[in-house]
Amino acid sequence: MSELKIVFVGHVDHGKSTIIGRLLHDTKSLPQGVVDKVQRIADETGKNFEFAYLLDAFAEERQQGITIDMTQIKFSTRAREYLIIDAPGHKEFLKNMISGAANANAAFLVVDAQAGVQEQSRRHAYLLSLLGIKKIFVLVNKMDLVGYSEQRFRTVADDIKIFLASLSVTPEKIIPLSGIAGDNITRRSENFSWYTGGTLIETLDKISDVDEKISATLRLPIQDVYKFDERRIIAGRIESGSLKIGDKIKIFPEGRETFITELAYWQERDKKKSARAGESVGIIVADEFFNKRGEIITLSDDKPPKISNRLRASVFWMGKNFLSVGKSYKLKLATTEVEATVEKIIRTVDAATLVRQENARELKRNDVGEIIFKLKDKIAFDEFGRFQATGRFVLVDGYDVAGGGIVLSAQTAEFEGTIFRNGELSFRAELFDEFYYDVERREFTQVAETENKLYEVGDKIPTNGFSFNYPANFDIILLNAAGFVKIRGAKVDSIGQLEDYVFEKIPLMNGRGFGLKVNSAESFAEFLRRFKAIENVRELADFSNKYFFLNQFRELKFYFDYVI
Amino acid sequence: MNKLDELEAESIFILREAYCKLGKLGMLWSIGKDSTVLLWLAQKAFFGHVPFPFIHVDTLRKIPAMIEYRDRVAKELGIKLIVHTNWDAVKMGASPALGRLECCRLLKTEGLKQVVKKYGFDGLIVGVRRDEEGSRSKERVFSERNAEDSWDYTNQPPELWNQFKTDFPKGHHIRVHPLLSWTELDIWQYIRRENIPIIDLYFSKNGKRYRSLGCECCTGKIDSDADTLDKIIAELKTTNVGERAGRAQDNEDSYALQKLRREGYM
Repeated sequence: MSELKIVFVGHVDHGKSTIIGRLLHDTKSLPQGVVDKVQRIADETGKNFEFAYLLDAFAEERQQGITIDMTQIKFSTRAREYLIIDAPGHKEFLKNMISGAANANAAFLVVDAQAGVQEQSRRHAYLLSLLGIKKIFVLVNKMDLVGYSEQRFRTVADDIKIFLASLSVTPEKIIPLSGIAGDNITRRSENFSWYTGGTLIETLDKISDVDEKISATLRLPIQDVYKFDERRIIAGRIESGSLKIGDKIKIFPEGRETFITELAYWQERDKKKSARAGESVGIIVADEFFNKRGEIITLSDDKPPKISNRLRASVFWMGKNFLSVGKSYKLKLATTEVEATVEKIIRTVDAATLVRQENARELKRNDVGEIIFKLKDKIAFDEFGRFQATGRFVLVDGYDVAGGGIVLSAQTAEFEGTIFRNGELSFRAELFDEFYYDVERREFTQVAETENKLYEVGDKIPTNGFSFNYPANFDIILLNAAGFVKIRGAKVDSIGQLEDYVFEKIPLMNGRGFGLKVNSAESFAEFLRRFKAIENVRELADFSNKYFFLNQFRELKFYFDYVI
Repeated sequence: MNKLDELEAESIFILREAYCKLGKLGMLWSIGKDSTVLLWLAQKAFFGHVPFPFIHVDTLRKIPAMIEYRDRVAKELGIKLIVHTNWDAVKMGASPALGRLECCRLLKTEGLKQVVKKYGFDGLIVGVRRDEEGSRSKERVFSERNAEDSWDYTNQPPELWNQFKTDFPKGHHIRVHPLLSWTELDIWQYIRRENIPIIDLYFSKNGKRYRSLGCECCTGKIDSDADTLDKIIAELKTTNVGERAGRAQDNEDSYALQKLRREGYM
C-alpha cells in the first residue's frame, strides 16, 4: 500500500514543526544521528533541545526559530506509512507552504490555543479548500499554556469552525494537544479529562485513503514523443483511468481517432498489455498523426475534455509583481504550455479576511482571484471539480512560477459574450467588444462582454457602441468558425455555414467588426482561398493587412478603464 | 500500484520532463546504489535509449573497487561516460589535511562546476534523496543553480502539481532530483525487486560493510553481517543509525552539507 501524504499548516509560531518533531521523536522514527546532532547544536548554542530543530534543518531556520521551507519526512505507524509535510507559517513563505500542501491527501491546521485564530490560520485554511484538499483536521496546540482549559479550547474551536464554514469546509476533527509537553500526540493525557476523542496518532491511522485516481475515464497527457528506432513512442503518465492494447483512443484538442497497437518496454520482464492511473507509459498507435506534448488522450467512448481558448479559473498569486488585466503569462496545465492573457479579473478575495473586490484591475501577492484567461491557442483541459490533474495549472511570469490556479469552467455561457445561433449552428463573435487605447496603461485593450448575449434570426442588434458604428445592412464572415451572419435592417436575417454563403454587394466584416476589403464574388472566393493557405502567424498578419480595415466601422478611442 | 511502482512512475516522469524541457542534459553517476538505481530508471524511461551522457567526478580518492566497477559497467552497458577530475586542485595537493570540507569543496564541488561549464549543461540529474540529510530534505525536484552554481535555498520557487522550474536565464542550470521521494529502504527494495547489479562494497565482509560510498579517506564502514539484499533490507528496517553516519565530512560542522551544497555540491 502506498503512503498517505499529510501536511501541517497554520500561522507562524503556532508550533507545527514542534508537533511533528515530537511525533517523530515519540514514535522513535528518527535515526539517532539526527537527534544527537540537534542535541549538539542545542549544546553549542546554549539553547534548549527543540523538537522543531529536527525538521528545521537550515541554519537560518534554527537561528531565527522559524520554518523557511517545507520539509518532507517519512514516518510510519503499525497501520501504514506517511509522508509528513511541514509547511512554513510565515506569510513571506506562503509559496513554500503551497508547494508543500498542493499534493497532500489530508491537512492538519495548527492553531495556538493562547493566540487563537490568526491571519495565516485563515489564509492557509482558505488555500487548502481552494487546492481541493477535502480532509481538514484542526489541532489546537499549546494547551499547556492555557492550563488545559476546556473553555478556551471550545472558544478557539468555535472560531475556526465558523471560519471554515464560510469556506464550506467542515473539519474532520478538532484535537486539543501540546507539542512541547507531548500531550495527546502519541499518548492520551490526564490533563484532558474532558476530552474523549483520539490522540493525534490515533486520528492519523483512522484517515481513510480512498484512491481518488480510480476513475474509468482515461486521461493521458502526452509528455513527449520519441523516435529512438523505427517506432514512434508516445510517452506520458496516465492521470486517470486505464488503457490496453487494441483500445480505440481519441487525441485532443483535435479529437483524431486511432487505436493502441503496442505498449513500449525496455526489458522483456516489463512487457505488458495494459496500464492504469499513475503509470508512466509509452504507447504506439496505428495512425502516425503529428502528435505533440500537451495533447490529451482519452478512450474513444470517454467523456471528452473541454476544448477552448478561454477559461475561467480561481488563481492564487505568489508573484512579486501584481497579476494585472491585459498582461500575458505562460500557463502550464498538465503537459500543455500556452500563452494566457488576463482578460478580466472578475473579483479578488483577500485570502485572510475573505473581503472581495469586484472587477479588479490587479491581483496582489498572497490573494486569490477569479479570472478569465484568453489563451493563444485552443487547448484540452478539464474542470478541476471533474479531473484534478488536467484541471489545474501554474502561471509563469518571466522565469518564475508566480501563480497557481484551478479551472472553474471553459468559457461558460455566462461569459461567452456574443453568440449567433440558428438551431444547431452557433457562432461566437466579438463585434460588440470595445477596443480602446488605455491612456494610463498605454496599451490597446479589448474589453469583452461579461454577459452572454444570444442573437437568433429576427433579433435586433445594437449598431452603435463606444468604439463601433455599424450600418443597418451588412454580412459577418466568421472565417475560423466557417460561418456567416446576415444583418438586414439592424436585425439578424440569416445565420449559416460559410460554404452556403452567397456574396451580395453589401458591407462585410469579420467577427471582430473589422471591415473586409472585398467587393466581388471573385475577390471573395480569392479571399477564402488565401485564408485557407495561411500556415503561420506571419502569413496571418500579412493576410490581415491585405484584407481587413481596422477602422471602417470601428473607431479607436482613448480611455482609461472601460467596463461594459 | 504499490509504493515502488509509484516511485518508479514518478521518477520516470521526472526524467522525461528533464529531457523534454531542459537543453543539454547529463546524469551524475557516483557508482553508489542511488545513482545506479537512477541509471536503471533512465533505461526504463527511454526504453533502453538513454539520450544523455553519464558523468563521474573522480576525486582520485575513491575506493579503488568503485573505479574498477565503474569502467566495467560503463563498457557493459555501452553508456557514454564523462570522467572529470579537478586536476588543478589535485596538483595543488587537495586532501583532507586541508580540512575535510575544503577537500570536498575542491575535489567534488569545484570538479562538478568545471564539468558543468565545460560541457555547458542546462540540466544535471542527481540521485539525492530527502531522507539523507536536512538540507536535501528541503530540496525541489527541479532546483535552480545560478551562474556561480550557488543554491539560493532561502528563496526556492513554488513547485506544485508536477509543474517544475523550467524557465531560467542562460548560464544557470537545473539540478534534477528524480529520487527525492525515495528512502534508503525503498532503494534497496527496488534493487531487490528489479535484480539490479550493484557494487559488492555494500555487502558485509568480515562483519563490516559500507552503507554509503564516497572517498576512501572519509568513508567508514559500519558493523554489519548483512551480506545479501534480504539481510540489508532487514537491517535497515531496524537500524537507528543514520545512513551518512560513516561520512566523515558531514560531522565536520553542524551545517556541513548545507554549506557545501549552497556552493554547488550535489
